[in-house]
Amino acid sequence: MLDQPHKNGRPNGKLIVEDLENLTFQVHRSVFVSPEILEDENRAIFDKCWVYVGHASEIKNPGDFVTRHVAGRPVIFCRDRQGNVRALFNVCRHRGAIVCREREGNTRQFYCIYHGWAYNTDGSIKGIPGDEAYAPTFDKKGKGLVPVPRLEHYKDFYFANLDPDAVDLPTYLAGAKDYIDLVVDQSPSGKMEIISGVQEYDIKANWKLLVENSVDDYHLVTTHSTWLNYMRNSGVNVTPAKGHMLPTKGFGLDLGNGHLTTDNPNYRGRPVAKWISVYGEEAKADIDAIRKELVGRLGEERAARVADTNRNLCIFPNLVINDGSSVTVRHFTPVGPDLMKVTAWALGPVEETEAQRARRLHAFLTFYGPGGFATPDDVAALELAQQGYAAWREVPWTDLSRGMGNSQEQLATDEGHLRVFWRKWNEMMEARA
Amino acid sequence: MNKPLDHAATVTRAEVEDFLYLEADLLDAWRLDDWLGLLTEDATYYVPPNDKPDGDHRFTLFTVADDIVRLRERIIRLKDPNCHAEYPPSHTRRMISNVRITGTEGDLILVAANFAIYRHRRHEQAPRQFIGRYRHKLKQTDAGLKIYERRAILDAEELGPMGAVSFLL
Repeated sequence: MLDQPHKNGRPNGKLIVEDLENLTFQVHRSVFVSPEILEDENRAIFDKCWVYVGHASEIKNPGDFVTRHVAGRPVIFCRDRQGNVRALFNVCRHRGAIVCREREGNTRQFYCIYHGWAYNTDGSIKGIPGDEAYAPTFDKKGKGLVPVPRLEHYKDFYFANLDPDAVDLPTYLAGAKDYIDLVVDQSPSGKMEIISGVQEYDIKANWKLLVENSVDDYHLVTTHSTWLNYMRNSGVNVTPAKGHMLPTKGFGLDLGNGHLTTDNPNYRGRPVAKWISVYGEEAKADIDAIRKELVGRLGEERAARVADTNRNLCIFPNLVINDGSSVTVRHFTPVGPDLMKVTAWALGPVEETEAQRARRLHAFLTFYGPGGFATPDDVAALELAQQGYAAWREVPWTDLSRGMGNSQEQLATDEGHLRVFWRKWNEMMEARA
Repeated sequence: MNKPLDHAATVTRAEVEDFLYLEADLLDAWRLDDWLGLLTEDATYYVPPNDKPDGDHRFTLFTVADDIVRLRERIIRLKDPNCHAEYPPSHTRRMISNVRITGTEGDLILVAANFAIYRHRRHEQAPRQFIGRYRHKLKQTDAGLKIYERRAILDAEELGPMGAVSFLL
């Protein structure tokens, strides 16, 4: 229905119009408001892509579990009693009730309160009360919890895919792997962990706006001026070089398969391993030591790469790892065209001392999160955009042309990397059955 | 049950209530500098994450964990029209109840209270509601009671429709 030509003023029904002659890139705003398009996205994108489930560190011990939603489905992400990582649909085989209600925990079984069907942590059926009432032909053994069709991980980041025929995860991640490597290299043992404490909040805006916002450095100076003031007041030099907007030399990069990242020289401090005055004088020696370890293990060049650049990595469609003033793992799920649920964690090297961990968390809250000095203003910007889309019929096009005339690399303040997302989005939407 | 010690017994619940009501009034009126005047020079302010309401901010990712330096910066930010999340400033109304002096810790007076904060914003018909409990550590000074530590613990399982916590809980 939405493919009809000239519907709502769209040439040939196109939702994305890229004009290589005039160097313009336009997105039709119906994609932010239409329930039909959201339904198409659910089938064409979320049911086909590798979607983030969780991190191995969240289920360290046999029997550990967390409950998640993956592409809208209730899922148990757990480590079975034998130590294998599983992702099982959190749905009783008998009458469909959710069998695990807790947020997280450790268990020997998942148990349905409705009729008492019980399952082992590997999903196999453990017991059916009064099973003699079923006919001998009834396949009791085959009534275990259903695993997600595909579950794979890259360096402890687990992704599920509802499409059994999907390409394997490393192939899917393409160039994003190198950027995950830069995160993982921060740990001497190559082991990162999710830190306890989750941030779960809604944004009254379309989910794709947070993809854009997560990697859009064009908005930094306007949206986050109060955060820049805070940095300045704390003695951090955030003054842009003459003739440049911040950041002065950051890039926006295409990592393949719709994944993208910013890649910026750091000016805002990093727990690994760039001291700024906000951390306090007493942290200086400690951060010097972290850097020394990095250089010793990785060499000068790689250590500088790990420590001296900021990266906001977007793994298509809905996972963002911000490797900035700390490391965030943040994913978001559409609930309606104008509402998304955001879940975010902090990630850190397992070896961190108490002081280092405390500093990382402090640095996280300086910028990120629903109580931080920047994220609430991003939320405000996205919600204002969503409110503006009430006029989508009269003002139908969003412009993402910034940087199209650049013959050199795309800067992080350009929109080349945002166009990477939209081209992939468009390709998958047009390929839908 | 914690028994108020002699030290704390020099403060009555009525005095603590008056203090908390004044504090609430200053926050609701956006008299943020006056509110800062109610804090000690080394005060802290915490909002734990919904899933770890009794967590420790040194090991757990909080929603807010401000030392006095960041708290002062937060006030600077909240007064700035470029604090987009709070411009125009939201209208808040906080109800504080069930106030109790629960004990002491050195020279600090431990105070528990419940709160219900209704927050109205431009372009939003219905208020966003923040329900929870305060755990305050107060200090008796020559200038009267001051806040040494302020912990606002939300009852909700997640922030969900509360969204961003851009104002002071």
